[in-house]
Amino acid sequence: MTVRALSGARPLGSGVPRVDPLGAVLVAAGAAALFLLPFVVFKANRIVPGEARALSEVLPAWAALGCDAALSLAAVAALWMSDARLRLAFALLGVVGVALAAAAAGNVLTPPGNVVVRIAPGGAFWALMVCLALLATDAATRLRPGPGLRVLFLGATLAVAWLALRHGTFDHLSVMREYAVNSVRFARELRQHLKLAFGSLGAALLVGLPLGVLCHRVPRLSRGILGTLNVIQTIPAIALFGILMAPLGALAAAVPLADRLGIRGIGAAPAVVALFLYSLLPIVANTVAGLKRVSRAAVEAAHGMGMTDWQVLTGVELLLALPVILTGIRVVLVQNIGMVTVAALIGGGGLGAFVFQGIGQTAIDLVLLGAIPIVVLAFTAALALDALVEGLDRVKAQSP
Amino acid sequence: MITVESLTRRYGATAVVDDVSLDIERNSITAIVGTSGSGKSTLVRMINRLVEPSSGRVLIDGKDTRSEPAHLLRRRIGYVIQGNGLFPHRTVAQNIATVPRLLKWDARRIAGRVRELLEVFQLDPARYAEAFPHQLSGGQQQRVGVARALAAEPVVLLMDEPFGALDPIIRDKAQEDLLAIQRRFGTTIVLVTHDMEEAFRLADHVAVMSAGKVLQYDRPAVLLTRPADPFVARLTGLADRAMRLLSLVTAGEAALPGAAEGPTLAASLSLREALSQLLWCGAQSARVVDEDGAVRGQLTVAAILARGRP
Repeated sequence: MTVRALSGARPLGSGVPRVDPLGAVLVAAGAAALFLLPFVVFKANRIVPGEARALSEVLPAWAALGCDAALSLAAVAALWMSDARLRLAFALLGVVGVALAAAAAGNVLTPPGNVVVRIAPGGAFWALMVCLALLATDAATRLRPGPGLRVLFLGATLAVAWLALRHGTFDHLSVMREYAVNSVRFARELRQHLKLAFGSLGAALLVGLPLGVLCHRVPRLSRGILGTLNVIQTIPAIALFGILMAPLGALAAAVPLADRLGIRGIGAAPAVVALFLYSLLPIVANTVAGLKRVSRAAVEAAHGMGMTDWQVLTGVELLLALPVILTGIRVVLVQNIGMVTVAALIGGGGLGAFVFQGIGQTAIDLVLLGAIPIVVLAFTAALALDALVEGLDRVKAQSP
Repeated sequence: MITVESLTRRYGATAVVDDVSLDIERNSITAIVGTSGSGKSTLVRMINRLVEPSSGRVLIDGKDTRSEPAHLLRRRIGYVIQGNGLFPHRTVAQNIATVPRLLKWDARRIAGRVRELLEVFQLDPARYAEAFPHQLSGGQQQRVGVARALAAEPVVLLMDEPFGALDPIIRDKAQEDLLAIQRRFGTTIVLVTHDMEEAFRLADHVAVMSAGKVLQYDRPAVLLTRPADPFVARLTGLADRAMRLLSLVTAGEAALPGAAEGPTLAASLSLREALSQLLWCGAQSARVVDEDGAVRGQLTVAAILARGRP
């Protein structure tokens, strides 16, 4: 209010800093969450409803003070600082403060030797994390980092998180408790998740790239192929799994070899086939769009100079279409990492197994054990491929 | 050196190129002119088999072009198109090296040739070899396109409206360069254009095409003085033909012996330019001098005007 009143009287920036609108919204939301929602939830075991605990109740005074200080700095940065680097730094400081506070709460609230109680981060924790993450993302966007820097930052963040997890910082929090119980299975399901996501992407590339080239060369086919793939895209995942069960089951019954290879009505096979089918549209459509973008004169000149059809395709057309094709691969990879989750429903495995098991047992921590890594994987894939696409475009535009 | 025998290309019922026969001389520039849709591009694209003829054949040095795979044939024939078609993802040096690399020349020979061509085309290798096409001006891109076509020392250079996208001043320079290149390498050039001015300036022989047929194939002066039919006369410019005829002769060629009064004209000027200059200074005669300043003779307005009649 003061700022508004003054701004009419004299020019802005002369001693009275302007309030950042996004910062104001985020600070208000974060503060409301901090006062109204529990920071952590104490549960006697994984299934019973928990009791809410505020930050100040559970932490030793110095730790609560430290977290409050970090949050206050982040709030000041969000409201009044215009330097994006400072905003980013204080947002990250806030993230670290909140994460460490939650970890400390876990350590304090867990009775020594007790593995049954669950200390789960509460509503305030998640709300603060979301606000701080938005603040950090906004600041990072304002900085416009190059693709290399973005990958570096992503790698550093993942490395810090990995080290903290290895070190056992969060071992007393509920999700990590679930991990401790399920660690062997977690590694297996993670591998399965990646295998399904990348396997179906690989298959889609093997089929989709030639199909895209075909659509480009024979425009008459293009409408039919893209139309069919479009229809497939509209079938909900669960329905597609169901549709595939019957024919794959029949195949397994008729051909013992298929059964022995694991191609059955349920399990990984229908999941891979369904994901493969979903992946085709982005790959084919982007291949066609990428090839269409290639300068006709360059292709004509390439033929005219005596390149073979294969040399023109691989050395000129696909190479020039690569950034667009990679954008399609990014869409597919992020989409697959998310959709593999549903594959757990038909016995396909993957991190979705934890999600659905957790839902079945009303054990939200188990759901998170599956969901958080899925989000991290999808986010990492998106960021890495975006950086790659941009990097390729930059190489082309670079001065000698 | 290039013999085109009854070449025909049909798309459905229409013949885009209809029974065309031409003999193209070694070390000459031949222009193929005509309105758009006359089949001139298709004719040239049949020489390097980007378009396969429906009937007829093309011989280069007496050898049927169909006696080897099309892509191997094309590596021996330079090809320049409008908008140059440079590869945007490759450097200037890599672009020029395209055909030598296809022919598996060794790296040192390729590097030497790239350097030589860059220098011939007045592009400083240190500055431009590693540049990407989009960093060059339109005129520079066009030069790189021609350099790329000449890289593997082809005996024939096909050019399909090579200067169409250039502005007049750059086009003028590009045409001048092309003449210099042709003199230097002795390449046989076949050039498609719809610009009569360009055809008359560059070509030793001009083929006029309409509706897939060659109406007349002759020296430019013959086209002007004895057009085979009204279309040729119209295309070569009825109103302008006297001036066109003057532009085909240089002052040096037309100079008569004897000393004369008046301004000095360079022997390399065309009679058209010479006349323009005489009109400008209101003189009746001029001295024609060589590049080294030696007097070649005299040129009078009357003598010039006499050259502008058939």
